[in-house]
Amino acid sequence: MIRIISILVGAFFTLGLAWSFGNGAYQQITEPPPATAEHHFHLAPKEVHFASDGPFGKFDRQQLQRGFQVYKEVCSACHSLSHVAFRDLTQLGYSEPEVKAIAKGFQVPGVDPNTGEAAMRPGLPTDYFPKPFANDIAARAANNNAVPPDLSLMTKARHDGPAYVYSLLTGYQNQPAALLKEFPDAKTPPGLHYNPYFANLNLAMPPPLTSEGQVQYGDGTKPTVDQMSKDVSAFLVWTAEPKLEKRKQTGWPVLGFLLFATVLGFLSYKNIWAEKKGKKVH
Amino acid sequence: MSFPWAQQYKPTNPFMRWMDDRLPLPRLVYNSLGAGYPVPRNLNYFWNFGILAGLCLGLQIVTGIILAMHYAANAGVAFDSVEHIMRDVNWGWMLRYAHANGASAFFVVIYIHIFRGFFYGSYKAPREMVWLLGVTIFLLMMATAFMGYVLPWGQMSFWGAKVITGLFSAIPLVGEPLQQWLLGGFAPDNAALNRFFSLHYLLPFVIAGVVILHIWALHIPGSSNPTGVEVKTESDTVPFYPYFVAKDGWAVGAFAFLYCVMLFFFPNALGHPDNYIPANPMSTPAHIVPEWYFWPFYAILRAFTSDFFIVPAKLMGVLAMFSAILVWFFLPWLDRSPVRSGAYRPLYRKFFWALVVDAVILGYCGGAPAAEPYVMISQIAAIYYFAHFLIIIPIISAIERPDPLPFSITEAVLGKDENVPLSASPTAPFPGTQHANA
Repeated sequence: MIRIISILVGAFFTLGLAWSFGNGAYQQITEPPPATAEHHFHLAPKEVHFASDGPFGKFDRQQLQRGFQVYKEVCSACHSLSHVAFRDLTQLGYSEPEVKAIAKGFQVPGVDPNTGEAAMRPGLPTDYFPKPFANDIAARAANNNAVPPDLSLMTKARHDGPAYVYSLLTGYQNQPAALLKEFPDAKTPPGLHYNPYFANLNLAMPPPLTSEGQVQYGDGTKPTVDQMSKDVSAFLVWTAEPKLEKRKQTGWPVLGFLLFATVLGFLSYKNIWAEKKGKKVH
Repeated sequence: MSFPWAQQYKPTNPFMRWMDDRLPLPRLVYNSLGAGYPVPRNLNYFWNFGILAGLCLGLQIVTGIILAMHYAANAGVAFDSVEHIMRDVNWGWMLRYAHANGASAFFVVIYIHIFRGFFYGSYKAPREMVWLLGVTIFLLMMATAFMGYVLPWGQMSFWGAKVITGLFSAIPLVGEPLQQWLLGGFAPDNAALNRFFSLHYLLPFVIAGVVILHIWALHIPGSSNPTGVEVKTESDTVPFYPYFVAKDGWAVGAFAFLYCVMLFFFPNALGHPDNYIPANPMSTPAHIVPEWYFWPFYAILRAFTSDFFIVPAKLMGVLAMFSAILVWFFLPWLDRSPVRSGAYRPLYRKFFWALVVDAVILGYCGGAPAAEPYVMISQIAAIYYFAHFLIIIPIISAIERPDPLPFSITEAVLGKDENVPLSASPTAPFPGTQHANA
């Protein structure tokens, strides 16, 4: 009885699926989905390497400082970095007085000590990076109706994050003629910018890094657009996971210990089972 | 229960004797994890995954309790509190990665454990209760994992919660009020997050309770084994301690090694990047996908794209998705083959491997965008899935001609068993069939 019911239930689901499959296949043949510009012209991120990559990866602190400079002088005009506090910058190799000075250079929301009214005050190391816009509406109003996303976790919040950020920053270009020929409707709307590394090809952010020397590095590195893009991507790897280095450094002794313990465990297993093993069957 | 030859607990220490007379807890441990539990000597490495599953549960409970000390279940700050754990809590990053990857490790282990059961017929008499409790644990795990994934309150948390609770709205008449009642609102928000946190903390202890019943039920008939032939004599078994303690010990080490490779070097490989974006009810992600361990069932849900007679496509999908797991409850009665182990079932074995491939295909399609060709592939794969359990298994178990079984576990291991009676000579057509259900 249970088997008859089972076969009937099985028939219900398999026939329902076959019906869906048939309808889907029919639709696929009669009206195949139209090709889209995104599908044909979107590019996977470029190949790029950072010092923090790989199981032995470590941050290049010099590069992180340069990347921080790019963020401070360029990106921070529109993008917040809300999960990072000034105190965290000591991890980039800045001394405490330097961090104090950096914090002081930012105005953060505070309270007037005399009147209790909202006021701005210079930042302290314990403060977090301030937001460039008071709220999303202000951000939209200033940025062609797009809210610039917070950058703290950007390299973890996109597939292949660091390479994505680097590719996006260096990927601005004119729309290919082939695209306009194939998809005349996909012309980049006014106010947006063509970038094949962006999911829908057109983004509201104008090219932020446009000319060599836009940021003046103190360590003598040549500030090409490519270099600045790479440096700020490396910096955002750090902001997304400040504990990345510690994680990898912790991993090796843990694996070493587990390997040692497992080998010992295996040997004692072999020893204990020695006289119980017969010929192997299944 | 136990076999008559099981070693007896004989405390020598006066305190342990005193204890044994009043609360025989050491005796319980001795009889379940010690020398007092005789285990078939021929268990292969697939029998290590039960203990690994228990280990994963313990790991999740310990890391979870500590994470809960730092996490704030409030829609306004949940996302930030997780980042606070990642950045400012001592070793918080390790706890959180251990918990997130621990969930994946738990499901890897449990899927191997379940498929071990499929192949070796572990669900068959007299172990039906072990199986039913196991499927119950799996359902509780799925609920727990789903609610846990909502807690970081990222984009996938929010939209996953919206899609999954939206499934209840497919139920005719009561669907929509039911969904609102479950969520405590019209969409996932603070009320939903709070109750999910509460239940996410509760359910693991419910799981632990059912695990105790699962092990209790297992210890009545004792462990199954790769031949599927029941234990007959003492030479078929070895005491759990030291033999399986040693084997489980090194298996735990090997498992911990692989788990730590993920934890320390690829902690985000199994997660979705969108969950590092704070939940935003105004912005739908391009592809809403659950965690990898739900992909096969998600593929089944999405495979129903057309209404079937009076049943709407969405309801069909929801029914099918839940049925995909519920059919496991009936497996002991759908598979009537007297032979337990797939090793002696040539026809069943082929379909078993087809199911493995099918599950992988469903998993792949469930993680892919809801577009062609993935939908059509998952439709075919889902047809096989339901046909496998509901049609193929009942039929092959009736028509299959199994291979000859060994007389005993001892014979299977050593090639000979001194206890073989003359009547069960290897030339008889099915020397073992009559024993399989003994």
